[in-house]
Amino acid sequence: MSEPRSLTLPLSRESLASLRIGDEVLLTGPLYTMRDAGSLRALEALTAEGALPFNLAGQTLFYVGPTPAAAGRALGAVGPTTASRMDFATPALMDAGIVATIGKGKRDLSVIEACKRNGGVYFACVGGIAALLATHVRGAETIAWDDLGTEALRRLDVVDLPAFVAIDSHGGDLYRTIEENAINAATTDAL
Amino acid sequence: MISTSNDDIRPLTALNADTVAACAYDAIRHCATHLRPDMLAAVREALIRETSPRARSVLQSVIDNAAIAANDGVPLCQDTGSVWIDVEIGPDQCLPGDLFSNIDAAVARAYDEGRLRYSIVADALVDRRNTETNAPAFCEIHLRPEPGARLSVMLKGGGSDNASRVAMLVPGVGRAGILETVVSWVRQKAANACPPLFIGIGVGGTFDTVAHLAKTALLRPIGTPNADREVAAFEQELLAAVNATGIGPAALGGDTTALGVAINTAPCHIAALPMAINMGCIALRSASIELTEAANE
Repeated sequence: MSEPRSLTLPLSRESLASLRIGDEVLLTGPLYTMRDAGSLRALEALTAEGALPFNLAGQTLFYVGPTPAAAGRALGAVGPTTASRMDFATPALMDAGIVATIGKGKRDLSVIEACKRNGGVYFACVGGIAALLATHVRGAETIAWDDLGTEALRRLDVVDLPAFVAIDSHGGDLYRTIEENAINAATTDAL
Repeated sequence: MISTSNDDIRPLTALNADTVAACAYDAIRHCATHLRPDMLAAVREALIRETSPRARSVLQSVIDNAAIAANDGVPLCQDTGSVWIDVEIGPDQCLPGDLFSNIDAAVARAYDEGRLRYSIVADALVDRRNTETNAPAFCEIHLRPEPGARLSVMLKGGGSDNASRVAMLVPGVGRAGILETVVSWVRQKAANACPPLFIGIGVGGTFDTVAHLAKTALLRPIGTPNADREVAAFEQELLAAVNATGIGPAALGGDTTALGVAINTAPCHIAALPMAINMGCIALRSASIELTEAANE
């Protein structure tokens, strides 16, 4: 396992293009939280306005519904939710300017295509360690959709948030690669 | 009897809706911020055996996360769950009062005071507004033959419950069919359920009761085998098959896809082989508390 790469948000075209599946990264800068209900609203806004709301073009979305501030930190617990639930919205949002998404779990093939088409990526973050991840969040500000509670659109300022490149801009998919390697290994064992 | 987490919660002097709800409040607050000791021990053990460097780093972060959550009193996971509660009552006990209302009030207070996340919408179909209390709890009462009473509390994450299923198999597929169903489901869904997993499996009963068997299997301390030796051997067989997938911690590859498999079985119809898989995530939060002195003797 090589050393993690430090990346500054918003991500540049160059750093996005240089990422490969399996790379461990440490993200520093602004992220925007969005999940089920927020994705619906972002799509509605995109359809109505023809552009992403709240100047989200060029930004990275983190699929998370955090717990409130605690222990002197901006948020008590922050961790990824299942990204595939947002597959219905991701290609359209990426076509409109979102450059990367962060969540957990496998994505639909349409998201791999959207990453290729737009030079974007999908990062996997480890689920179930949200107290630890919250120590990397230095600030949180609600931008919109306060009525959605934990699902509101928030800007998080993160420092060295750990993640792995799970889909790169060249068609690579970490989850499917691991799956296939495991199946191949199992088949080889059986021979 | 079993107390998987909270030594601070003492047996009650009087069993009624108020005292049980107060006990549920304590259990929710404790579970939200403390990794089950059996899960933590299993992760430490897995770290010794795990060969993938990436998987080892994920397992270490699980251990670090548990320490931060316990020391700082913050939730282990941002998904602080739906509250599932099962109260078992023996023939020597009665439980006066409005239990479900008192439990819901305890949930609202625990989620407010514990700064936990509100994750419940009012109605799945027609009103998906957040209730902003995390109530209602999903609360059940069962009669049991043993004396005393027991409260079980689980804060169930949405990701791992979404990765669960009920399958009505045909008896002819037998154990091989169950094994195939479990492994195929793990392949499809483990990445969404936050592995390494504790997999609860129900076999038998009916369409509705088999899910309850699977869920209550997760209350068993991990590594404690089923009392039936044949079932216990099948638990080990399933665990080995699941770990042979190589999915690993956080589904990023490795030897440790699951820390344990617990199976509960029951009688069933001659035509049926109902089975259910309830995925327990790495932040599985539950506690079982004997409520009366009688049961602790």
